[in-house]
Amino acid sequence: MPGVTIEQLREIVSDVFDDEDVEISEETTAHDVEGWDSLNHIRFMVTVEQRFNVRFTSREVESLQNVGDLLRAINSKSQT
Amino acid sequence: MDLIADLGWLRRAPVNFRQRCKHLDSQTGGLDAEADAELIDLSNYALDLNQLERLGKLAAKRSLRDAGGLLTRFKLGLIGSGTLSLIASAIPGSGLRHFVLIDVVEADYGRSLEQAMDPTSRIRSSGLDSVLIAFDYRDLHLTAAASDSHTANEQVESAFAHLKAVAENLRPSLSGPILVQTLVPPVEPLFGSLDAAEASSPYAMVQALNRRIVEWVSESDVVLVDAARFAASVGTVRWLDAVHWHSAKLPIAPQLVPLLADLIARTIGALRGKTRKCLILDLDNTVWGGVIGDDGLDGIAIGQGSAEGEAFLAVQRAALDLRARGIVIAVSSKNDEEVAWRPFSDHPDMLLRKEHISVFQANWQDKASNIKYIAESLNIGTDSLVFLDDNPFERELIRRELPFVAVPELTDDPAQYVTILALAGYFDTISVSPEDRKRAEYYQANAERTSILASSTDLEGYLKSLDMVCTIRPFDSIGRARVAQLINKSNQFNLTTRRYTEAEVASMEGSADKLTMQIRLADKFGDNGMISVVSFDKSASQWSNDLWLMSCRVLGRRVEEAVLAHVAAAAKAEGVQRLIGTYLPTAKNQMVAGLYQRLGFSLVESRADGVTVWELALDNYSAPELPIKIVADQIA
Repeated sequence: MPGVTIEQLREIVSDVFDDEDVEISEETTAHDVEGWDSLNHIRFMVTVEQRFNVRFTSREVESLQNVGDLLRAINSKSQT
Repeated sequence: MDLIADLGWLRRAPVNFRQRCKHLDSQTGGLDAEADAELIDLSNYALDLNQLERLGKLAAKRSLRDAGGLLTRFKLGLIGSGTLSLIASAIPGSGLRHFVLIDVVEADYGRSLEQAMDPTSRIRSSGLDSVLIAFDYRDLHLTAAASDSHTANEQVESAFAHLKAVAENLRPSLSGPILVQTLVPPVEPLFGSLDAAEASSPYAMVQALNRRIVEWVSESDVVLVDAARFAASVGTVRWLDAVHWHSAKLPIAPQLVPLLADLIARTIGALRGKTRKCLILDLDNTVWGGVIGDDGLDGIAIGQGSAEGEAFLAVQRAALDLRARGIVIAVSSKNDEEVAWRPFSDHPDMLLRKEHISVFQANWQDKASNIKYIAESLNIGTDSLVFLDDNPFERELIRRELPFVAVPELTDDPAQYVTILALAGYFDTISVSPEDRKRAEYYQANAERTSILASSTDLEGYLKSLDMVCTIRPFDSIGRARVAQLINKSNQFNLTTRRYTEAEVASMEGSADKLTMQIRLADKFGDNGMISVVSFDKSASQWSNDLWLMSCRVLGRRVEEAVLAHVAAAAKAEGVQRLIGTYLPTAKNQMVAGLYQRLGFSLVESRADGVTVWELALDNYSAPELPIKIVADQIA
């Protein structure tokens, strides 16, 4: 099962940051996207949680470094 | 869907929400009623955080243009515990639902008392209308149990003192009243159920603090935002989400921010006089089960004995409760009029009776026309109406044709109608005056007056037949709440649209350099209560009008002429030569643009922005003969 794709995450980034042409890769971090501050980060994570029906623990929230980490975290949850 | 957490009274957001926002954003131009209608329509969906943020940006852009139309401005400060930014960013979009363009200024994170005490802080120097004080128990040293009940009491008092000190330090920088949130009590029991009775438990301490807050609200002009009650309804364990508190100091789960933002926005709407005034009920399958025209009197479901009948009975009881607190009840139904009346007169289980319905529209016209007629005959705007109808077609029609009418979404279960209607908060108010409770009767009497008028061609004779008595008194503490309410609510018959808080009204009482008037009108149909507020600033040679406003309920009754006669007599008695009047135009007060002229004033100045200044030389003025008896009472 392929699970959540980077394109699906891109759509969320595009929605949260109101930028239709935004491009992301597994290496993308918050610093690479304009407007990705701590507040928008919360909004982004909440949108991810709601869209894919997953819930992150406090520890997971702290350990995520880039888009690739997030993708793996979502997929490890939605498979269980 | 969760009725509360998901704002169940609103439609689900459309898939093209973002495109509609973009389209609206691309439209330029000045004041555009159509764009405002679209903006308000977009707000009337259950929006998530991203959508509220986007709409909030459009609201901010709209706010840069002139205020006008139905929208009014409000500058709100946010101060309290933790990260409030998420709440701040959801408030402007939510404000549109309540016709307020809210501009939020957030205090810096932490150190709320220092910021409140510092006159140069952003929260003190932004020219705010009000501040919402939003604390969290996890930030007020109430997380650990006290050693005994005495210490518990001290801890509660100290938390309350802190909260109040923040408020009192901010107060001089605000033009309006302070808003304060109740604190959501902890989820985790310490002693178990005993917590409620054991004063030293964190739960009991937070509850005690909330009682102190409520006492404070009831003895001052502070306005309550009862977050704790909503949190309890939706579940405190969801509200006080521990993960988000620990990771970002969010005092509320992000998913519930739209709910809290709406609660705050509706309170501000109420503060700005946007409380809805009239509930319009559909009949078939809304106040009784079945279709009266098909099923007949004995076929409709109403009353005890069946679950469905009881659900509809609850709708009727809710309508009556609203009526008892001053909300006008009207009916719009597709039926033959005579058939539609039948249950009201002949069905023993009906709670709603003919005398409860102020305007009854049962016919085969489209409901938009009927609802427009209801607004006109009550002399209120469509933004004062709520329309309850089980039929999705009728709901959509009204939303499209009359976008300012509130139209709650209903589920297909009548047992939920009452809950949905109440949760939407259309009738939320910040104070209850005795006049409010009688308002439904005033409107009723008004409808009767209108019907006499319809059959009478001699207006003067009609007015005489009303036996009107106008009572004029200076501002005093008894009338204060109602005076402030009228000042903040009246839009149409309002020459200056100056808004004053209750505290400012209090400071005008007994002031030697002002003539203040609170005016009541009674007639043979009943007491209309306080219907007009006027004040003039006195100088030796002239008196200048500061406030002149009147409820539209009493339009065409010559009250304004009685008011002028009273002012003129008082001014002459003090040797004053002239009265000065100013008309400040707004989007809503066109009806009084020519008032001074009609009253015999002459124009002295007409400015480019539409402001006009008028003068009345008192030597040339003599009071007209009026069909009103004036009782002037100078004792404050």
